[in-house]
Amino acid sequence: MAYSSSRPLSPHLSIYKMHPGMIMSGLHRITGFALTIGLILMSWWLIAAAMGPDAFARVQWLLGTHIGKLALLGWTFSLFYHFGTGLRHLCYDVGLFLSNEGSVRAGWVVAVFAVAATGLTWAVGCSLLYVK
Amino acid sequence: MAKHGTSLVTDLARARGLGASHTGTEHWWAQRLTSIALVPLTLWFIFSMVRLAGADYVTVKMWLASPCTAALLIALVLVTFHHAVSGMEVIFEDYIHCKCAKLTTIVVLKFAGALGAITCTVAVLKLALGG
Repeated sequence: MAYSSSRPLSPHLSIYKMHPGMIMSGLHRITGFALTIGLILMSWWLIAAAMGPDAFARVQWLLGTHIGKLALLGWTFSLFYHFGTGLRHLCYDVGLFLSNEGSVRAGWVVAVFAVAATGLTWAVGCSLLYVK
Repeated sequence: MAKHGTSLVTDLARARGLGASHTGTEHWWAQRLTSIALVPLTLWFIFSMVRLAGADYVTVKMWLASPCTAALLIALVLVTFHHAVSGMEVIFEDYIHCKCAKLTTIVVLKFAGALGAITCTVAVLKLALGG
């Protein structure tokens, strides 16, 4: 159709040059999705605690396996990452970091924060386990 | 902007200024409000979970039996479910292109979210009130 082909189209994702903002934004959504899966896990943990010691022991056992620990680690990182980019969004809303340089700088702060906070949380958790 | 009389948009629609989505800023505002509430609630939850690392059933139950813990947990549950459902809603709106599947998924999501929030609240209440 000659008519429609002459109309301006929004460029596809692959047309744009990759930049940190795109990756950060995509990861914000992916971690949000992962956190929703984590929310199901948290609900199960709460419901199991209310059901009694046997149900609670089962969920605790599952979380203690390698896969369970890996899921919890991923969940912790997703949480801190989504937390950080969420705060960045709130900053944008009040007009902070609204420049190319500002958004990239805030993005790096969030990435470092997410890794550091995940490391700190697990370090403290593991050392508390060791002390107990 | 078309002049009055030449546009097919009614005066009421123009005054509302909502466009094709039929909704305004409510969704956006709810996302912001819940995210602000989740900042302290989430930090408190992570702090509590780290402290409870490796704890047995009795210790966890004792923690949940405190009224402050129960109140904060119920707040966390309700706000988190609201935030998660509205976030997932946007994901489904963006990536499910079939209108029928989109609507069905969002309805299921909303019902599942409500049921999850209610079940978790009942679980916390049961533990807090010593059921």
